[in-house]
Amino acid sequence: MSVVASAKKSGPFAHGFSSVQKTMFTVLLALAPATAFNLYLFGWPAILLFTITVGACVAIEAVCLQLAGKPVGATLADCSAVLTGWLLAMSLPPWAPWWVGVLAAIFAIALAKHAFGGIGQNVFNPAMVGRTVMLISFPVAMTIWVAPHPLFSAGAPGLAESFAITFGGNVPDTMSAASALGHIKTELSRGIPVTQSMSQVPDLMDMTLGYRAGSMGETSLLLILAGGLFLMAKRIISWHIPVSMMGSLFLIAALFHAIDPARFTSGTFHLVSGATVLGAFFIATDYVTSPVSKSGQLVFGAGVGLLTWSIRNFAGYPEGMAFAVLLMNSLTPIIDQYTRPRAFGRNRKGEPLPLEKKP
Amino acid sequence: MKIFTVRGGIHPEYRKDITSEKGITVLPMPATLYIPLQQHIGAPAEVLVVAGDPVKKGQMIARNQGSVSASHHAPTSGRIMEITEVAAPHPSGLPQTTIILESDGKDEWGDLPEPITDPFAVDPKAIHDRVACSGIVGMGGAAFPSAIKLNLGQQKKLEILLLNGAECEPYLTCDDRVMREHADEVVDGARIMAHALGTPRVIIGIEQNKPQAIEAMTRAASTFPNVEVVAVPVQYPMGSERHLVQAITGIETPARKLTADLGIVVHNVATARAVHHAVRFGRPLVARVVTVSGGAIRDPKNLLAPIGAKIADLVEFCGGFAARPESVVNGGPMMGQPLASLDAPVVKGTSGILALTAEEINDRPASACIRCGSCITICPCGLSPVEMSAFIRKDNLETAAKLGVMDCFSCGSCSWVCPSHIPLVHYFNYAKGMLRDQESDRRKNERIKLLAEVRVIRVEKAAEAKRAALAAKSKPAAEAAPSGAAGEAKAATEEKVNA
Repeated sequence: MSVVASAKKSGPFAHGFSSVQKTMFTVLLALAPATAFNLYLFGWPAILLFTITVGACVAIEAVCLQLAGKPVGATLADCSAVLTGWLLAMSLPPWAPWWVGVLAAIFAIALAKHAFGGIGQNVFNPAMVGRTVMLISFPVAMTIWVAPHPLFSAGAPGLAESFAITFGGNVPDTMSAASALGHIKTELSRGIPVTQSMSQVPDLMDMTLGYRAGSMGETSLLLILAGGLFLMAKRIISWHIPVSMMGSLFLIAALFHAIDPARFTSGTFHLVSGATVLGAFFIATDYVTSPVSKSGQLVFGAGVGLLTWSIRNFAGYPEGMAFAVLLMNSLTPIIDQYTRPRAFGRNRKGEPLPLEKKP
Repeated sequence: MKIFTVRGGIHPEYRKDITSEKGITVLPMPATLYIPLQQHIGAPAEVLVVAGDPVKKGQMIARNQGSVSASHHAPTSGRIMEITEVAAPHPSGLPQTTIILESDGKDEWGDLPEPITDPFAVDPKAIHDRVACSGIVGMGGAAFPSAIKLNLGQQKKLEILLLNGAECEPYLTCDDRVMREHADEVVDGARIMAHALGTPRVIIGIEQNKPQAIEAMTRAASTFPNVEVVAVPVQYPMGSERHLVQAITGIETPARKLTADLGIVVHNVATARAVHHAVRFGRPLVARVVTVSGGAIRDPKNLLAPIGAKIADLVEFCGGFAARPESVVNGGPMMGQPLASLDAPVVKGTSGILALTAEEINDRPASACIRCGSCITICPCGLSPVEMSAFIRKDNLETAAKLGVMDCFSCGSCSWVCPSHIPLVHYFNYAKGMLRDQESDRRKNERIKLLAEVRVIRVEKAAEAKRAALAAKSKPAAEAAPSGAAGEAKAATEEKVNA
């Protein structure tokens, strides 16, 4: 008998060209333009911190894999640690000291990812865990915002000065600036209404292009939006989470702004400030920690939008995107259970459909 | 005609162009044919010949037995060499009883049943009988005895005969070629089947990637107002019976019901042609068109092969292997079965033999699920493969069953799309097999329990009768008084057994 092949596994004997590595790589590609532009805006200190954070994530991933006895090289090749580090760096203050990036990487990769079993097993978005743990533990270092100082422009720190900023923690006082959300919140606490404080934040054009203080990768909205649309075109993400998240945020903000413009900022302001767009396309859409079905993703996105708005307006922190994502992450398993698709030939309860009239 | 949307589905690399322009070539009659007794769903056929018997082409050599079964006929003239165990065309490669026929090279037809000259004037029963004695089974791959499906019209009023020419599996072009080269025969067979079923309408569904087939069939159907050819979108698995019915009529077949409950019966195009041959010429099903393709085949072809030809004979006629095949598949790459050996024969359900290279299969070791949700988006059955496979991996089959794993028909779309290369269908096939075993064990145990209970009652009854007889002997004056309530309970149990 001429045995030609082992018949160990059932079909199919064909496979699409998708792979985990390819997916991660496409996301990195989509992030690249916005990242490059923001690194240019925030200069050498940002480049240093970005490199340190991504490098730390990859190194910690390697250590964790080694400790867990999993294949190190093959798993690193999936690029998921690079993506986590990249998103984490984008969510940090651009001129934060080096240890912020390293500690955040430990929390993100070791605690949020590998303690839960590695890729695919984590409940919470690793990059957002890294960011929020740092924000709660080191509130001062995590809120040093600076206005953009484009590379090679007058007043931008040179390489030596940048090393002092990143490794010495010497951010000159004259260079720091408040983020728009932070400014509004501070002014409100001093009794100054939104209508008045809004005049001091950058105008809509600067907010959209990225000429404002904020986290390293969140400010160049147009490029982030372009990256997000690219991911949709590549079918890596679908419209459900971004649209439901930004839609719910916009609607509730616009509603309250209409009711009390002195207390609440407008829907548009909420869309263009903070990490809204970055979060909607790149963070809330994380596969592992968001619901798997499309209807579940709509619920999830809407939850993130509403929570973000609530935290921005009623909690102690000016920005609530990361918290909102983490809170909704914890609901993902429950959302998954209640948003399973309807099976063919069955109703939502799983009972067979009634027999229809003949054609 | 309006086409309705069907949920999910994928667009694999079709690679039909490898053989779509290769006309049907007749495979030279091999010296030896291997005809398994079971080539169909149901009971194996009963052997009618012994070693040494001379047979003519078309002579019945194995008769259907039981309610679901199919007969088999000699694919050529010659002599029965042996009836023995031969490797089956099945992933296990396990042997099954097979009639080995040595060809005499004359290929002489024997006495065939009389052609039915006007099939539309005869009773549907006559068509049904002819199809049954011609050994015709569903040629799309499922191999369900066609006569039984043609009988559905006796039980309920049917509206539409839907002829499945979707051929949604990649690589396969055998139905495409049959429709292009024998459109008139297919349409005639379909009309005969419609007469047998009592359906006023015939709809022929063909995927849009077969424009020549659509054209040929439309031309062949043009003289018959009740026959309609419909182009359906190219979307795997459009050829699934339920999904094709939904695309064409918009009706979703309820779970645990058949399309026949909606008044629609689906047959494959090649089956219709076989019916044409059986009715018009009395010829049983002794050969079929098989697509021999794949990157490892030197000269891919569409072959008219006799049933029982060794797969190795087909491969050899196609120039053998040009590269090392990673897998040889019986059927299409999506739902076909891996073949353990090339010594297995072509059977009535063999639509394709694919020798695929590692590159074409693109198999990789599975990595962790990243919960991308693609499998949910594309599942044509609306299931949640990611969740089901997680439970099956923990051997929690009960929960997997609750999530609907038994509704899965193993189309393979989820495995195809999975970026982590998780063999999802493999898990589901495992779960379905285990659950079926458990169910049959449960039924068996129930039956045994019932029989045991009945036996106790029977023994008791006998003892009571004995006592009563004794008592009657000793006290002939006393009245026999059977216990009322206990007697009723016994009767009920007995009824259950008889039912």
